[in-house]
Amino acid sequence: MRQIKLTRYRKWRNRFHQGWMVIALLGMLLIPLVLVAGLILKSMLLLNTQSVLGLLTSTDWSPLSGHFGFLPFIVSSLWITILSLLISAPVCLLTAIHLTQYAKRWVLRVMHPVIDILAGIPSVIFGVWGILVIVPFISHQLGPLFGKSVSGYSILAGAIVLSIMIIPFMLNMLIDIFRAVPEELKEASLSLGASKWQTIKRVVVKKALPGIVSSFGLGMSRAFGETIAVLMVVGNVTRIPTGVFQPGYPLPALIANNYGEMLSIPLYDSALMLAALILFMVVLMFNIFSRWLIVKTETQS
Amino acid sequence: MMNTKNEERLFRVLMFFSTVFIVGVLLLIVGSVLYKGVPSLSFAMLTSIPKGGFYFGEDGGILNAIIGSLYLSFGATFLAFIIGWPIALYMNVYLVKYHTLVNAIRFVFDVLWGVPSIVYGAFGFILMVFLGVRASLLAGIITVSLFIVPIMVRAIDESLKSIPHGLLESSLSLGSTRSEISYRIFSREAFQGIITAILLSFGRAIGDAASVLFTTGYTDRIPTSLLEPSATLPLSIFFQLSSPIAAVQDRAYASATVLIVMVLVISLLSRLIGNRRF
Repeated sequence: MRQIKLTRYRKWRNRFHQGWMVIALLGMLLIPLVLVAGLILKSMLLLNTQSVLGLLTSTDWSPLSGHFGFLPFIVSSLWITILSLLISAPVCLLTAIHLTQYAKRWVLRVMHPVIDILAGIPSVIFGVWGILVIVPFISHQLGPLFGKSVSGYSILAGAIVLSIMIIPFMLNMLIDIFRAVPEELKEASLSLGASKWQTIKRVVVKKALPGIVSSFGLGMSRAFGETIAVLMVVGNVTRIPTGVFQPGYPLPALIANNYGEMLSIPLYDSALMLAALILFMVVLMFNIFSRWLIVKTETQS
Repeated sequence: MMNTKNEERLFRVLMFFSTVFIVGVLLLIVGSVLYKGVPSLSFAMLTSIPKGGFYFGEDGGILNAIIGSLYLSFGATFLAFIIGWPIALYMNVYLVKYHTLVNAIRFVFDVLWGVPSIVYGAFGFILMVFLGVRASLLAGIITVSLFIVPIMVRAIDESLKSIPHGLLESSLSLGSTRSEISYRIFSREAFQGIITAILLSFGRAIGDAASVLFTTGYTDRIPTSLLEPSATLPLSIFFQLSSPIAAVQDRAYASATVLIVMVLVISLLSRLIGNRRF
């Protein structure tokens, strides 16, 4: 009799736990849908009065008179994202090849904590560092070098800070990708008389190419959505930037900077939610494409 | 024309320097923040709240931000844990037969991991307006937990994934229910991984500014209930650094030092507890 009771209790407990697991999982899987629905619903107010194309290509941003042109912000975001990738991609690629192909074991043992710590530093700390080091450096050294007198709060400062932020993220992925290149492939190339460098260039990098591309894609999407650190050093001037020493105003900074004022004007609120929606969509596409590339190559090999 | 030998030599030098560059940058970041922050740290700074407003008052410290950040991060990590832990177990104990489904779920969480925290912040704000809640500790905890659940799930999932399949089969054949296998056997087996996941999520929660900007607000006082707004360390840095008053900026640097020390301790702990790969 006790045995049966115990069995019943265990069955009930199993059902309870399973129930909670299913609810939690379904709830979390619903989040992206609810998120998109919420953002679309909020931005409909603006989209009903103006066309998407008009909003995305207009440069006139004056919320008080109801003009919402997103172009300056989109252009700033693109400048900063692409520039930060141009800085960090070669560093990551070179370091990843060094660590996986040449370096001794102790170097890896040192570098792993370094990468992990760098990845764990909060973005606001990167912002403080940008203000303390990068902005004065651009203002006092780099600017005069190009014959310009600049404040330092610029596209370039944002891009440098961002590039350091995405290095640990991309480097971790690249190390895993290079590690996954089969040893036999390298040995086959070496035994045919290719030197180590030729093998790396023509075999290892070639084999890892889809992975490299997707890690850069994920790095870019990380850079595109980064807020606080960029906001602190980029200058925040609503104008289409024409050079790296000029201030910019990327999309995430736009949202973060105006959260207080937006409530008084319904259309303004709606415009900022549209900015969040654009951000979400771009990041989503980059993510899906990059991860799909990884999955595709994994199933092929 | 450069021959292969010289080319390799050139690239090895470049590789060496890029590796050194990364170490150097990390030292520069930690060094420059500590250099500015340590002199402004004092017992009074750590144990008092701002007097006369966080933006204009010259006196007072950052206790409101320290306590607020701890409340927020503990709350969010706890909430994310009781949601994320069962999800990871469900994927590895219950759904283990359905490879495609599990991989699809992993894909969704990976993508959610990549969503910028400002988007979660905006979403949290929409929810708040919808429910008629003011900026408060509770709203912040919910928003931040939404944003760290994917991290929690994927990190625990990674360590559960490596548990041999035979353990599940032999436990089932001995008559365990799947929930017993989940919480008694698999969780014990992946204990280190779970602790690391919690620390990782906690680190993310305490350092993120964009998601709490809309939802938690900022105040000089230490919150006494979940429905009050609260100060947080990242926002304490962000707001007070832009002040023209040097004494207020000192509070920002002190907050930065506290935050960076916390993050370093977290990453040291996770290294000690979960002896990681390699």
